[in-house]
Amino acid sequence: MGNVDSHISLHAVAKSFPGHDGHPDTHALGPVDLDVARGEFFSVVGPSGCGKSTLLEMISGLSPPTTGTALFNGKPIGGSVPAGIGAVFQQDASFFWLNVWDNVAFGLRRHGIAADEIKHRVNQALAFMGLRAFANAYPAQLSGGMRQRVCIARTLVLRPELLLLDEPFGALDQQTRLLMGDELLRLWRETNATIILITHALDEAAMLSDRIGIMSARPGRFIDIITTNWARDRDSRIVSDERFGAIMGKLWECLREESLRSLKSGS
Amino acid sequence: MKSTRLDTAILVFGLLLVWQLLYMVAGANVISAPLATLIRAGQLLADERFWLHIKSTGEAFGLAGIIAIVLGIAVGLWLGFRRFAGDVADPFINTLYSIPKITLYPLILLAFGLGMSAKVAFGVIHGLFPVTIFTMGAVRNVAPIYYRTARIMRLTDFATLATIMAPAALPEILAGIRIGVALTLLGTLIGEFFASTSGVGFALIRASETHAVTDVMAITLLLFVFAASVNALLNFIQRRLRHNG
Repeated sequence: MGNVDSHISLHAVAKSFPGHDGHPDTHALGPVDLDVARGEFFSVVGPSGCGKSTLLEMISGLSPPTTGTALFNGKPIGGSVPAGIGAVFQQDASFFWLNVWDNVAFGLRRHGIAADEIKHRVNQALAFMGLRAFANAYPAQLSGGMRQRVCIARTLVLRPELLLLDEPFGALDQQTRLLMGDELLRLWRETNATIILITHALDEAAMLSDRIGIMSARPGRFIDIITTNWARDRDSRIVSDERFGAIMGKLWECLREESLRSLKSGS
Repeated sequence: MKSTRLDTAILVFGLLLVWQLLYMVAGANVISAPLATLIRAGQLLADERFWLHIKSTGEAFGLAGIIAIVLGIAVGLWLGFRRFAGDVADPFINTLYSIPKITLYPLILLAFGLGMSAKVAFGVIHGLFPVTIFTMGAVRNVAPIYYRTARIMRLTDFATLATIMAPAALPEILAGIRIGVALTLLGTLIGEFFASTSGVGFALIRASETHAVTDVMAITLLLFVFAASVNALLNFIQRRLRHNG
């Protein structure tokens, strides 16, 4: 992975949250430098409370950095979300009042896409995510994994060039997570999107990513960035590859001390 | 669920049975028999004078219900969006919701006099607070993840409100309307019990005063059926909106 064509570029980016009632400001993150190449699958792991989600919020434009600059396609990301970014979060964000089809079509309708095109894209996304049989079902009738697929499909139809995933499989069981990982890899290959994935599951990061950024305890900084060298055409079966164990070992070696520190500080 | 209808039938049959037994134990001085009550209810519904009472109550209830719902939703939306205003108003509204409104009745009479406006006012003070409280809660309870989704999709504020906030809050607002409407009916009828010369509530209290047992029972039955029907209708709409499979 060379940095020829940086899709995301962070320079000395840091985030503090103002303190309330005389408490000092909370220094949540950084300073962080990072370049993510176009089409790269980049994961971020780190102890809980280290500012992983804050990092993603800054990249998405949901919340601007306190200091430093964040660039998307070479343009600074301000306080609003630039076009071309999609995001899926850990919490279920499916709209309970719409059926699966209308959920997936939601964003397209808001952006005034022609009806034929909406139909085409929604049906394609439903087929891709294995949701075709559930087009008329409501989220309440679906499992957590299926609802998360709905959210991914709803994001996919908008054809984002950058997909931000904040522990999207965090609430799912292990087997479902591995299978969803396969789907995510397939989606990544076919859409050529850049993916930034926040996860607390080290195996997920090791299996999915081109590179894995390891963050320190709060205030989060990158203590190491591991390159996996996986082929682009890969799936969950690489967990039995001996290199997988080596990557996992390296991740844990880096993270063990940081996690202990964050555990002791009580966060 | 298939068994719901059967459950309802068993419940109705059971109630009728208890009613009949009570009648046989307590006697006609206290309650009337189910069949006699049904017949009397039918007679009342065929009586033009009784329809004047229904019209009077219906007007007061309808007006009070509309005021309670519209005002309650408007105030509730405002208090839901303005967190500070909501925090300030919350204890007051909850206190007003929980005190027995009957203690305010003398004040209502002083302010509105006898007749229609007092009935409406009494209905409104019963129905307004639950609608306000539920609406406020509904807006506050909309999952923050929906706001983030809206921002990621670059929706305008208006689109966020109209296409995400409103449908997300609607089932809970409807729950408030359901309770509000039931309490508005209660308030309107209580308003008619005292210092009123028309309305179903007035007819009921007069029947009680003249010890017309069958009339009391028949009017009560009609009110019960009406209230249950309104509740069932709102419940149906609410279920449709929830999409709980």
